[in-house]
Amino acid sequence: MATSRSGRPSSFSRAATSSPASSAATATSSGVKLGPNGAAYVSSGIPDLDRILGGGFLLGSLVMVMEDAEAPHHLLLLRNFMSQGIVHRHDLLFATPSADPRAFLGTLPAPVSSSSSSSKHEQDQGLRIAWQYKKYFGEQQATEAHKDIKRDFSNDFDLRKPLERKLLGAQSIDCISIQDSANLALLHDRCSTFLTKFPRSDGSTGIAGRIAIQSLCAPQCGYFEMDWDMVSFIRSLRAMVRSSNAVALVTFPSALLPPSFSKRWQHLADTLLSVRAIPDEDKELAKLLTGYQDMVGLLHVHKVAQINSQVPTILEATTYSLKLQKRRSLVLEGLNQAPVDGASGTSYGTSSSCSTSGKGSSIDF
Amino acid sequence: MGEGRQKRIEKEIVEAEATMNPPNLLDEAFGLSGGRVILVEDCVETSGAFVLHHLIKRSLSSSSPSPSPAGGGGTLVFVALAQPFSHYDRIMRKMGCNLSIQRDNKRLHFIDMLKLKLQAEYKGEIGRNVIENGLAELYAKIQRTVEVSSFKEQGKGCITIVIDDLSLLEIAAHGSGDHVLDFLRYCITLTSEQDCSLVILNHKDIYSSDEAPRFLLNLEHLADVIIKTEPLTTGLAADVHGQLTITRKGISNKHWYSANKISNFHFKVKENAVEYFYPGSQH
Repeated sequence: MATSRSGRPSSFSRAATSSPASSAATATSSGVKLGPNGAAYVSSGIPDLDRILGGGFLLGSLVMVMEDAEAPHHLLLLRNFMSQGIVHRHDLLFATPSADPRAFLGTLPAPVSSSSSSSKHEQDQGLRIAWQYKKYFGEQQATEAHKDIKRDFSNDFDLRKPLERKLLGAQSIDCISIQDSANLALLHDRCSTFLTKFPRSDGSTGIAGRIAIQSLCAPQCGYFEMDWDMVSFIRSLRAMVRSSNAVALVTFPSALLPPSFSKRWQHLADTLLSVRAIPDEDKELAKLLTGYQDMVGLLHVHKVAQINSQVPTILEATTYSLKLQKRRSLVLEGLNQAPVDGASGTSYGTSSSCSTSGKGSSIDF
Repeated sequence: MGEGRQKRIEKEIVEAEATMNPPNLLDEAFGLSGGRVILVEDCVETSGAFVLHHLIKRSLSSSSPSPSPAGGGGTLVFVALAQPFSHYDRIMRKMGCNLSIQRDNKRLHFIDMLKLKLQAEYKGEIGRNVIENGLAELYAKIQRTVEVSSFKEQGKGCITIVIDDLSLLEIAAHGSGDHVLDFLRYCITLTSEQDCSLVILNHKDIYSSDEAPRFLLNLEHLADVIIKTEPLTTGLAADVHGQLTITRKGISNKHWYSANKISNFHFKVKENAVEYFYPGSQH
């Protein structure tokens, strides 16, 4: 079964199986989708990521993103998560180590022509070639038919267009700077007062809340020698989120933590993701993967939240490439191995030893 | 009346399942006696929670020599630090074990420690006494529960104490591993006094770096049975979710001595059960 699920047909079938479920079980009241096992999802702001995670971020779960030390790719996830929340009119709590948290709100992306389906048609008409391409890229086509259902739940965001000011103003957005605060008590209190607004009620899904915390253990926070304080903050955040109708997204530079604490953080996460930049001119990688030029980074899914279930989610792939479609919206795609040109193709049996294949072939044959 | 009937049906289902399903590899590896202290170790990639669920079900519906008319099985003292009751309830219900009813019957004593705090947090300095007192309080709670139920049971069903998971207790104790170990030693003394067993879940990979292996070594020393869940070395698969390694410590008494017994097999977790099989023998 595993073998038959690899490759494109599987993703097609997956989309097909997931969409009737979503259409049957959706109660898209303000961007909350109901799933199996009494789960309720909110969108991550990236439709592809929602699909990969089986519906989105679980309400009541703690999502952690391990940052790349050198690149700000985690901000892409953070921004889309926050924008999606604002579009759905979810309340938002944002904590950042930068001095001016409000400034970050100005960089949030706006949704791509969300409701005007006429412009969508126009787009399709006008961009025949892009349409042709889409067939090769991901599941866009498969989900196209269900777009109308899904649109309510998750939007595509245009990274070049900032979110409208009036949306930001209308929303209740709490911002905290955690720069140079002596301890985590302030952040803890803010989170707990924020979360009391979203008590968990069985059956009905009320309004949802989102907490976004950027670079929790970054040096700017000044939490030195406070490893246990931080880990117990995360533990109590997790406990608080669990009993409320909210999702918390925390990004952290894992490289800065001692290894054992990094593992503790990872264990505390319900959904664990990591992002990695790809080097600009990696010739070997460029040869190995198709569409290398369009990639901006890699996303790795380490753990998918399992609440109310003991069955682990086994994904078809754990590494996805982050790409910008038409330089605007973020898409995730599985890695595709590039076709190999004839010269080196003969000895391409073992994909791992491709760097030595050139030498090997000259000796072998 | 309706509830009584439901209970009866549930009991019948459990019995039917017990006769239909012979003990699986995990039960076999435990042997008849099981162990007094069972340690489950998992890692980020492969959660060991399903082993815990299995042991919970086993202890609640255990086929004790003389099943009491009230529904049979033992008593469970559940110290939950990782998940709320609703989570366990849903999972166990799918496995044919209704925790809510068990709780009403006083067979399950659920101690919700999700928000346990042992010290005034973020104060910088850590009051050692506060941690000590907090853990002593928790122990007193467990002890009281165990004593009351062992008095009621009169040695009929056995009592199991489950801690999920220990690393969170360590966090609550602000990294004071010695206090947590002391707490565990008390619990283990209690198990030998009251003839009950202790099941602990902890994460192995936290201690893999050379900073803090002492805690885990101590823990492994205290345990009679160690169950490790690991991912396959070859990576993820839909058919095999990982592998289990069970180490049963050798027991020596006056008459005989048994050596350490290690068994190793693969598993696949399903909603209502877990499949165990030897590598390559899955059909």
